[in-house]
Amino acid sequence: MILENVFYPLAFYFLVLLLCVKPLGAYMARVYEGKPCGLDFILSPVERLIYRLCAIHPEKEMGWKKYLFCLLFLNLFGALFVYGIFRLQHFLPLNPQSFNNVSPALAFNTATSFITNTNWQAYGGENTLSYFSQMTALTVQNFLSAATGMAILIAFIRGLIRHETNTLGNAWVDITRSILYILLPLSLALSLALTSQGVIQNFSAYKKINSIEHSQEQIIPMGPAASQIAIKELGSNGGGFFNANSAHPYENPTPISNFLEMLAILLIPAALCYTFGVMVKDKRQGWAILFAMLFIFIPLLSITIWAENHSNPMFTALGIESAGNMEGKETRFGIVDSTLWAAAATATSNGSVNSALDSFTPLGGLIPLWLIHLGEVVFGGVGSGLYGMLLIIIITVFIAGLMVGRTPEYLGKKIEPYEMKMASIAALIMPLVVLLLTALGVVTSAGTSSIQNPGAHGFSEILYAFTSMGGNNGSAFAGLNANTFFYNTLGGIEMLISRFWAAIPILAIAGSLVRKKIIPINAGTLPTHTPLFIILLISVILVLGALTFFPALTLGPIVEQFTFWRTYGY
Amino acid sequence: MFFKAVQQIKVAFIFLILLTVLTGLIYPLIVTELAQFFFPWEANGSLIQSDKKLIGSLLIGQSFTSEKYFWGRPSATVPPYNAENSSASNLALTNPAYLTEIKKRVALNNKNNLHNKNNLIPIDLVTASGSGLDPEISPAAAYDQVPRIANARKISEDMLKKLILAFTKKRFLGLFGEPRVNVLQLNLILDNINYERTSA
Repeated sequence: MILENVFYPLAFYFLVLLLCVKPLGAYMARVYEGKPCGLDFILSPVERLIYRLCAIHPEKEMGWKKYLFCLLFLNLFGALFVYGIFRLQHFLPLNPQSFNNVSPALAFNTATSFITNTNWQAYGGENTLSYFSQMTALTVQNFLSAATGMAILIAFIRGLIRHETNTLGNAWVDITRSILYILLPLSLALSLALTSQGVIQNFSAYKKINSIEHSQEQIIPMGPAASQIAIKELGSNGGGFFNANSAHPYENPTPISNFLEMLAILLIPAALCYTFGVMVKDKRQGWAILFAMLFIFIPLLSITIWAENHSNPMFTALGIESAGNMEGKETRFGIVDSTLWAAAATATSNGSVNSALDSFTPLGGLIPLWLIHLGEVVFGGVGSGLYGMLLIIIITVFIAGLMVGRTPEYLGKKIEPYEMKMASIAALIMPLVVLLLTALGVVTSAGTSSIQNPGAHGFSEILYAFTSMGGNNGSAFAGLNANTFFYNTLGGIEMLISRFWAAIPILAIAGSLVRKKIIPINAGTLPTHTPLFIILLISVILVLGALTFFPALTLGPIVEQFTFWRTYGY
Repeated sequence: MFFKAVQQIKVAFIFLILLTVLTGLIYPLIVTELAQFFFPWEANGSLIQSDKKLIGSLLIGQSFTSEKYFWGRPSATVPPYNAENSSASNLALTNPAYLTEIKKRVALNNKNNLHNKNNLIPIDLVTASGSGLDPEISPAAAYDQVPRIANARKISEDMLKKLILAFTKKRFLGLFGEPRVNVLQLNLILDNINYERTSA
């Protein structure tokens, strides 16, 4: 049973994923190195047109400050744009249900949420947003925030491979090429595949039907969902077209659509590891990172599957069959597909859900939560996951350097106090805001009044909310009423802080590394592709995540799991 | 320096407008055109009609409570199967309200279902779905309801079992998802309603 229901599906899933890593990774490397990649004949005229209309000079390279400046302004305008569209929604076209303007707090929260690639869902899609808002505000930011992450990653990689220079590439070119050559073609293919399964894509008004038995009116929502869902999964965004996100039959109608969407969640983050290997001209470096990610991901995934498959002890007495925890899960997905999704979407910063995490067993819910606590570096967001991982690698080589008493270096670049300071800032900011805001949420009535479930689980709901926003993930223990002034504004600020206070030090490190010489490999160099280094890297990730968050987890899911066992038996 | 900064800000602004047109308008429109051409029924919501009237979507569950119909999963939306606000119960397993809710669902099943009392209740009949709109139930949940429906409609249990078997969908590649039957589809057949797909 376990073989058939758990092992084979997982093995098949990871096999398909790994088979995609090399071709897609090599393709993306060609895109960023400006080499021909097969789609140029259609796309390069579009690319040139964009450059001409914007007066961008693609050959002009930028230093790290200018690169950052461009990205920040693009994101700032993006946020203002989303905010504006939401606030004026009622007066804009493609609003067949005549939804009202979105409230200021919710518009602010959603705008910051989408520019930071968090896609926290305080809104309920089908009863809040017009088609125009979904397309021009949300879908656009799905592309732009993903491309921003990828651009920062590529700039960082250039910081490693170039030497004794100042420039990291052209921000506009990196974003344009990410979108045109990678995100758009993949999204187009995926959205078509999804519509074949029943994901909707139309501009009709909501349909009224009379239900068979009660002849009651049932209103069925419509809209251009497939185009948004494709990029939502590929770009590790995760904000749903509908309130129930990927549990909604119109977002995810069959096991086939579910498989494709799960694949899309890990696809680009995994393939970027290979891209990294190609660009640093040592593919082993990329594989080492990918294996480190898998070695953390697979055991944690197994724990969730075990926890959710484990029958609810209180059911036996009530005469219910023992078949795992199906509360909040859809029939067509069952336990394994729901938990695999939950782990994949929280390991990456995707944060979409195809089942209700709030109704997971305490242990089953702990794993998604902790996967976000690990800093979204196990796959992570597109681009942002790998640059987060490279940051941890810098910390790891520094620690290793301290142990053997040599100047630490990575890929021939010396890691000095400046890099370490920046890496520490970037690594510490997320835990800091998450824990501070959780504490604030717990001690104020504005925070606790949103709780749905009492006791330790209520604490977990608040911890999960601020973790999800602080980790730029976007999934939720959705019982918490997040659409309040308190959560909308504080969460919005939190998302901005944790996204950009990581991105800025990353680019600063890149700007410092790019000026350095490349030291040839010598006897004292710590190789960074060996099993030894992979183990070291995994330990650093786990220790950082465990030390920072174990106390908080103890108060939430851990104590809840013990209560659960004590109340209902094992 | 200042002039250069202003120039980049201008670029950022125009760039955003262009990409909004490209990814926010052109891309969804292309997908819509292609989807409407290749998969018009699916892209329009898998709707079905009878006598030119829309009677439902095969992907969106409907509420059934009468003894002569197959019932779907409990739905956490208000009212049940409210497609305008999809949602799960989000009840934690340790929440006392969850136990109360489960007991209510079990009681409802035991009262109305003539199912063999020695059989355990299929789990999907007492747990709310993730969307509140789940159109399907497990084959076990369908078989469990056979005696009740056969009694209410005065038809043979065998016929109902054959019907369930004929409409059971398998797992994808034998690996992904779970076997399941569409509740609305079964009930339409029970009521002898002829329906057709419509992409209107």
